Amino acid sequence: MWKYVLKRVLLMIPTLLGVAVLIFFLMRVVPGDIVELRFAGESAFAQKENLDKERARLGLDQPMWRQFVTWMWGIARFDFGTSMWTGAPIIEEIKLRAALSFQLAVMATIIAVVLAIPLGVVAALKQDTWVDYFVRVFSIAGLATPSFWLGIVFILMLLIVFKWLPPMVYTPFWVDPWQNMLQLIWPALAVGYRYSAVATRMTRSAMLEVLREDYIRTARAKGLWQKLILSRHALKNAMLPVLTVVALEFAFLMGGLVVTEQVFNLNGLGMLFVESVARRDYTLTQALVMLVALVFILVNFTVDLMYAWLDPRIRFR
Amino acid sequence: MLHSAGVSTLLSVENLQTHFVTRGGVVRAVDDVSWDVEEGETVALVGESGCGKSVSALSIMRLVAGPAGRVVGGRVHFKGRDLLQLSEEEMRRVRGREIGMVFQEPMTSLNPVLSIGRQLTEGLEIHLGMTPGAARRRAVELLGMVGIPDSERRLTQYPHQFSGGMRQRMMIAMALACKPSLILADEPTTALDVTIQAQILELMKDLSRRFGVAMLIITHNLGVVARYADRVNVMYAGRIIERATARELYARPRHPYTLGLLRSVPRLDEPRRARLDPIEGQPPDLTRLPQGCAFTPRCAFSVARCSAEPPPLAPVADGGHVSACWESARLDRAAARSAAAS
Repeated sequence: MWKYVLKRVLLMIPTLLGVAVLIFFLMRVVPGDIVELRFAGESAFAQKENLDKERARLGLDQPMWRQFVTWMWGIARFDFGTSMWTGAPIIEEIKLRAALSFQLAVMATIIAVVLAIPLGVVAALKQDTWVDYFVRVFSIAGLATPSFWLGIVFILMLLIVFKWLPPMVYTPFWVDPWQNMLQLIWPALAVGYRYSAVATRMTRSAMLEVLREDYIRTARAKGLWQKLILSRHALKNAMLPVLTVVALEFAFLMGGLVVTEQVFNLNGLGMLFVESVARRDYTLTQALVMLVALVFILVNFTVDLMYAWLDPRIRFR
Repeated sequence: MLHSAGVSTLLSVENLQTHFVTRGGVVRAVDDVSWDVEEGETVALVGESGCGKSVSALSIMRLVAGPAGRVVGGRVHFKGRDLLQLSEEEMRRVRGREIGMVFQEPMTSLNPVLSIGRQLTEGLEIHLGMTPGAARRRAVELLGMVGIPDSERRLTQYPHQFSGGMRQRMMIAMALACKPSLILADEPTTALDVTIQAQILELMKDLSRRFGVAMLIITHNLGVVARYADRVNVMYAGRIIERATARELYARPRHPYTLGLLRSVPRLDEPRRARLDPIEGQPPDLTRLPQGCAFTPRCAFSVARCSAEPPPLAPVADGGHVSACWESARLDRAAARSAAAS
């Protein structure tokens, strides 16, 4: 087991290296660089020598392989450098936003799981009754509703009905948990609802499949309580596919909530991502991609470990 | 039915009817069937696949998969109660506690993600109120009883670490755990290797004798019947068409279908024939049963009356031997002739 964990951790290095190579060269293939963008419109400064000077200052005049090696050397020392656009250390740029995105992703996941598992189980048990139809409508509506739109509806509701607006300035959880929750619960609900829809449908279909299994009939023939059959015999088997869906969605939330963040005026990673790409802020974009890649890798790793814990047939070598 | 003195009826199924609603129509899987099991007795339910024998057992346990399948009529008397009238909670207390069940597929009938120990002890904890420690000690004892060595360690393992034969032993241990008075074994050996089949059946027979547990063995294997059953019910197309003691059934079958079944298996107690005689044709479509006897199209003895009027289950000999055939008397003479000729 520990050998397996060590192997997986070591395997992360080549994976991340691959991501690094890809993003490094992809960014440079995109036409236009940060210097051109910065001087665009200011024709007085947009002369060849000024551009060259700026490029030299940012290290963009170096051969590409040398730029890459420099960047990699920095990462190896956990030095991600400075943002090309703002000049601030990248760690500082990302820290607060990553904390916000992470918290939002965790909250949305909790909301999604708390909604999805009971709803999916009940829908499967009451298959083809009005309960099932209600859950189906609820979850299909969730799939069809963009979370940013739901977010706008939330804000308008709070404003019009309760004459109250959630805080618009981010307070870290460790500074003031109450203020922090007042702000983040709304985007978490908006995102979590959509997220729960996917998980509900997965739970329902996994449960339906498991409930038809022979071992469920065996459990009933043993005279177990219905509740015990569901929680002990069925749910544990049905959770395997649901776990995968939930985990991948979680990883996606860490960098993918661009519009929702805008609606709620949140400075999360999603907005930063878009801005950094638009500005050709190579160093910042690279760092963000590496962060998201790391999150995906870690989440996948965690899912694999949880699979082994849920299903004894899976053994690691 | 003929009862010898001192033995009382444990389970009595009367006019049981179980239907499945499908797109093709109503399948009469079990169509007005009556049979019984006496205390400590081993009864066999024999027939081809799809003749309704497994559904009969599931109907008794009220485990027929709804909403398509439903018991639509009849009574199941067990220890003075009609199981079909019990509340779901009362029925739950019968399942596993008073009637144990062994299923056909040991591969899929055990939960893959729960340990052997967990699956053995849960029934003990629920039905007998045992503490986890006591249930565990009893589980060790049970595994030993069904011939699984090293049972302490085995309890911590999972089904995939067990062979097919061991899983079926484990199923038997689960069924016996709460000391039920009846075990329904639905094709307990069909999925196993031939060499293992005999071991499992010997084990079941031995345990049923030791603990005085009555058994219903559902099978399509007549060899099993001959060796392990006291009485045999032969089913065809959802109905019982013949019933007799195992010995009587082998010696003097009085229904063409039973005769066909016996002729289609090799026998050591008869001179060797050049080849076996399979029963020609297919079992009938249960949604469109003929008006008369369902076996008519495949029957070598059929007469005009057979397709017009269904024959009732009527006594044909002493010892409770009944057969549902208009021509059962002729069959007796035919069998006698063929015996004389060989």
